[in-house]
Amino acid sequence: MNPAMNESSHTPPLVEISGLCKWFGEFSALYDINLQVNSGERVVVCGPSGSGKSTMIRCINQLEEHQAGTIKVDGREVMPGMKQIEEVRRDVGMVFQSFNLFPHLTVVENLTIGPIRNKLVSKTEATERAMHYLERVHIAEQADKYPPQLSGGQQQRVAIARSLCLQPKIMLFDEPTSALDPEMIAGVLDVMIELAEGGMTMICVTHEMGFARRVADRIVFMDFGEIVEVAEPETFFNSPRTERAKLFLSQLLGH
Amino acid sequence: MSIDTTSDNNPVERRQRPLEGFHWGDFMRNARQVGSAVLTFMVIGWLIWRGAAAMEYNWQWYRVHPFFYRIVDGEFIWGPLYWGLLETLKLAIVSGILAILIGFITAFARMSNSRGGGLIATWYLEAIRNTPLLVQLFLFYFVLAPIFGIDRFWSGVLCLAFFEGSFAAEIIRGGIQGVDRGQFEASDSVGLTVKNKYRYIIVPQAMPLILPPLTGLLISLIKHSAIVSVIAVSELTTTGLNLISDTFMAFEIWFIIAGIYLVLTISLSMAVGQLEKKMNVARKSNNT
Repeated sequence: MNPAMNESSHTPPLVEISGLCKWFGEFSALYDINLQVNSGERVVVCGPSGSGKSTMIRCINQLEEHQAGTIKVDGREVMPGMKQIEEVRRDVGMVFQSFNLFPHLTVVENLTIGPIRNKLVSKTEATERAMHYLERVHIAEQADKYPPQLSGGQQQRVAIARSLCLQPKIMLFDEPTSALDPEMIAGVLDVMIELAEGGMTMICVTHEMGFARRVADRIVFMDFGEIVEVAEPETFFNSPRTERAKLFLSQLLGH
Repeated sequence: MSIDTTSDNNPVERRQRPLEGFHWGDFMRNARQVGSAVLTFMVIGWLIWRGAAAMEYNWQWYRVHPFFYRIVDGEFIWGPLYWGLLETLKLAIVSGILAILIGFITAFARMSNSRGGGLIATWYLEAIRNTPLLVQLFLFYFVLAPIFGIDRFWSGVLCLAFFEGSFAAEIIRGGIQGVDRGQFEASDSVGLTVKNKYRYIIVPQAMPLILPPLTGLLISLIKHSAIVSVIAVSELTTTGLNLISDTFMAFEIWFIIAGIYLVLTISLSMAVGQLEKKMNVARKSNNT
């Protein structure tokens, strides 16, 4: 019934992670991660802090280098030290916990610097595109301000727009609401929900379980650097299979 | 002190407090401190004057101005101190620019993944920073200059540039590493190449961190430029030495030479101070 689902059954997965391992020195951060994300799919990754959620998605665009296993983005293998990593990164949008906007550039310059300097489009086209995405994140009137003049929630929405300006095939969210004041969270989640409903492929690391319930096709639960459980949200929240997931959920929803 | 709640209940206005006016105690404290500083300088000045008088030194300040300029038959002629100053400026500007260039190249070589580049940069830094400047100058002038056929001015320039460049390299590296890691990651995530990442994102944000210590470096470069007088580059200090051997007015001339260096370095640091203020104003207006 869902056309995206039918399509995904015969196209290769957009992100394909198999046997992924990563160590920080002697510490094993990720162990034998296997995950496939199809085009149009929304995956929410959750788990206790230090469980390797962020590290896993940061390996996808090689902000972290992995030591074993393979990662394929849109059929192309990404490897540590590869030459054309920039091309892969342009297909993979990323939103950080601490926004990481460029403070010395205006909002609109933050959005256009990638497309212009990567020579993807002309300056006028990049600006048009930037304004389009700023409107989509409901913040077009702030285009000429500098990031430090905006609230945290506004900054995070600019960061989402900055990633969208490269028209990525997939968006990665690394705890996008964790650094925000409570009253700012809703605005950012609304934008993410709109994005999900527009058919964007997304992998979100988040503790927002309401959001996960609403948009996720699958929940990936990680603990101690391993994927412990993968399930649909309904199943995961109502009847988790593993003890570790049960414990995590009870701590999360217990009060 | 009671909180004023009668006049207005606007909470925004209540957060304003009127500035306090003239404060007699603060004024007296400042006056005492400035006064004691002035007194100290007067005592030192008096000691010098008395010492010179005891030596029966013959002060001849009236003979000094022709060292700057003369007017012969209505024609204006620059004196030796002017030409010496010009040479010092030329020396400082050329070697300053070279030092900053060398600093950037070395800093990036040290931070790069290239083993060779890193090794060369490290050896260069260690060699330059652990040998005396005077010895380096002799090496440049008596060994490298004849081999490569460079004159005394360029020997001086290159020696100063490589010496100060080694310090500039560490300042620049420190500034770049002071930029938040998230900025590197964000640049990567929007697919910028390494070159564009540094050019448009990292270096502009490192500049406010680099500029103050780099000013200190340029000031010390102006001061160190005096050392090239030992290979007889005709800059300010050499000019001073020559004038003294002609006139025997050692006291006056050394005071003048020191004064000229002082004017140079202080005006440089004031100019950079203004620049920093402007940059800070620009950044602060971002934050409001």
